Amino acid sequence: MVSEVKTVSGHGIPLVGNDIDTDRIIPARFLRCVTFDGLGEHAFADDRKAKKGNHPFDQPQYQGAKILVVNRNFGCGSSREHAPQAISKWGIQALVGESFAEIFFGNCVAIGIPCLTAEPAVVKQLQEILTTNPQTEMTVNLETMQLQCGDFSAPVAMGGGARNMFISGTWDACGQLVSHAEQVRMTAAKLPYINWS
Amino acid sequence: MSKGTLFDKVWDLHTVGTLTSGQTQLFIGLHLIHEVTSPQAFAMLRERGLKALFPERTIATVDHIVPTTNQARPFADNLAEEMMQALEQNCQENDIKFYNIGSGNQGIVHVIAPEQGLTQPGMTIACGDSHTSTHGAFGAIAFGIGTSQVRDVLASQTLALSKLKVRKIEVNGTLKPGVYAKDVILHVIRTLGVKGGVGYAYEYAGTTFTQMNMEERMTVCNMSIEGGARCGYINPDTVTYEYLKDKDFAPKGADWDKAVAWWESIRSDADAEYDDVVVFDAAQIPPTVTWGITPGQGIGVDQLVPTPEEIHEEDRFLAQEAYSYMDLIPGKPIQGTKVDVCFIGSCTNGRISDLREAAKVARGHHVAEGIKAFVVPGSERVKQEAEAEGLDKIFVEAGFEWREPGCSMCLAMNPDKLQGRQISASSSNRNFKGRQGSASGRTLLMSPAMVAAAAVKGKVFDVRELLLSR
Ligand code: SF4
Repeated sequence: MVSEVKTVSGHGIPLVGNDIDTDRIIPARFLRCVTFDGLGEHAFADDRKAKKGNHPFDQPQYQGAKILVVNRNFGCGSSREHAPQAISKWGIQALVGESFAEIFFGNCVAIGIPCLTAEPAVVKQLQEILTTNPQTEMTVNLETMQLQCGDFSAPVAMGGGARNMFISGTWDACGQLVSHAEQVRMTAAKLPYINWS
Repeated sequence: MSKGTLFDKVWDLHTVGTLTSGQTQLFIGLHLIHEVTSPQAFAMLRERGLKALFPERTIATVDHIVPTTNQARPFADNLAEEMMQALEQNCQENDIKFYNIGSGNQGIVHVIAPEQGLTQPGMTIACGDSHTSTHGAFGAIAFGIGTSQVRDVLASQTLALSKLKVRKIEVNGTLKPGVYAKDVILHVIRTLGVKGGVGYAYEYAGTTFTQMNMEERMTVCNMSIEGGARCGYINPDTVTYEYLKDKDFAPKGADWDKAVAWWESIRSDADAEYDDVVVFDAAQIPPTVTWGITPGQGIGVDQLVPTPEEIHEEDRFLAQEAYSYMDLIPGKPIQGTKVDVCFIGSCTNGRISDLREAAKVARGHHVAEGIKAFVVPGSERVKQEAEAEGLDKIFVEAGFEWREPGCSMCLAMNPDKLQGRQISASSSNRNFKGRQGSASGRTLLMSPAMVAAAAVKGKVFDVRELLLSR
């Protein structure tokens, strides 16, 4: 069920702002659910309501976009996987930003959505291009670690471990973890607190 | 690369092996689950035809959605009831112990595990909740995970992780009266920033922490995540052992001595190497209040809301957003800001010692007119203890509401919510836009004693003045 993620191509969508937390990505009232289905329409619900149609997620020119371009410390706050799930259910397949909060990044890996970092100046330029020309084709390539946005190209980065997982299609670690059950039992047996006596 | 720290030792002991991705497969000693982030994980487990591998190492409770007034089933909120039923069923199917409402052991997940002695030094602890960092107060490596990882822990009792760097945060000296653990961590976050800790585990060291009791240490570690650090910990010591001794799940008899010896052995070595060290002086820490929309936007209660010029250039955009959202004026004092709602509770400050400090302030005063003030104990045990001490009476006489345990207005997934533009003085941990249940509601974070002071004065008020007049 796991597949390789080497490139993501499509239109980009800019979302300007530092420290956008997961409460803003998906407000807590939408966590009252037992499945992730239907979360996409609630992504950034309160911000969108406040912006009355002028939030990028509502603007017609960004409908169908696949790559979200954000700034610093995106996804900070609560560990809710509902946040990346909402973004992904809305249609996003990759993120490019100055930096990402750690748990958010890990949650994205676990559902196969790469988060790539780029220099602040690069992010700024991308957001400008996407604002003035929303239809620009964009590609992020995890093998060459380059992004292309129209004529503009720049290097992107991602921690080695995560990058390998996407390229080799092992980002869903569950199967591998489960297959090591014997070693897991051996490790547990050596931990004094599992059985003091 | 850190060496010889508690983090390194615990990490190594729990390492199962290296995965093809290069990540470490890490054994998880204690897994805590609750109703919000687990139902989808169990669904994923079922999809793969799996069951919990070590069900006895997972403990469940219900906290986020529970009403704090009428807790009768079925809950008035259908969605909450559905989540509750899903948890009950999932626990039953997987043989997982569930501390349900009325069991005497229910409460906020980060309150109940320590109070029962489930949380112990040297463990790795994971929970689908970012404030799992709380458990680091015992010298455990404890961190929040997402739902897919909850699935991984259920399925394999392990996680795929990359090792963190370790930053030592040293605070030395004695806190001034009226200054609490909450102020220490708000001060650290304010200084290092909300993303300062990304990629790090925080080791809190120094005499200020060794002087703290376990509940104060939990308050500090709890908010590590607000500083960007995935986990924070304090080396175990006699304070830790005294707290743990005789707790339900603590080792007993000869096992206890073995345990203490092991716990001593995993403390950071005197010559441990850190990736970074930051030093603070406790005497410089004031009662701290947030004025903005991230926990890093804090100031001393006697200070002025910072002007854009005083703010680092890269933080100005966010500051502008905060001024307009909070409706606070740069250059004006935060003290005197009128509040509407006062909330005492949460996994940061909903423990017995928090309630005691707040009650000390509230005693003999009355909640100011027009203010809604309520106290939500962190667990059924905290509630019982508080009532045995008569704290409930002090609060009720002072005009506070006394509620049933749960997360309540910390994130307002239950009926406790701000309305419209209301502004709250809150002992919780997050002041994000919309966090407390109203998309335009506002939150000022502070210590429980400061919340009590705000309640009786109807505005942000320096608790030191109230304490001095005692
Ligand atoms: S009290 Fe608040 S922060 Fe703590 S677990 Fe509950 S919702 Fe999360």
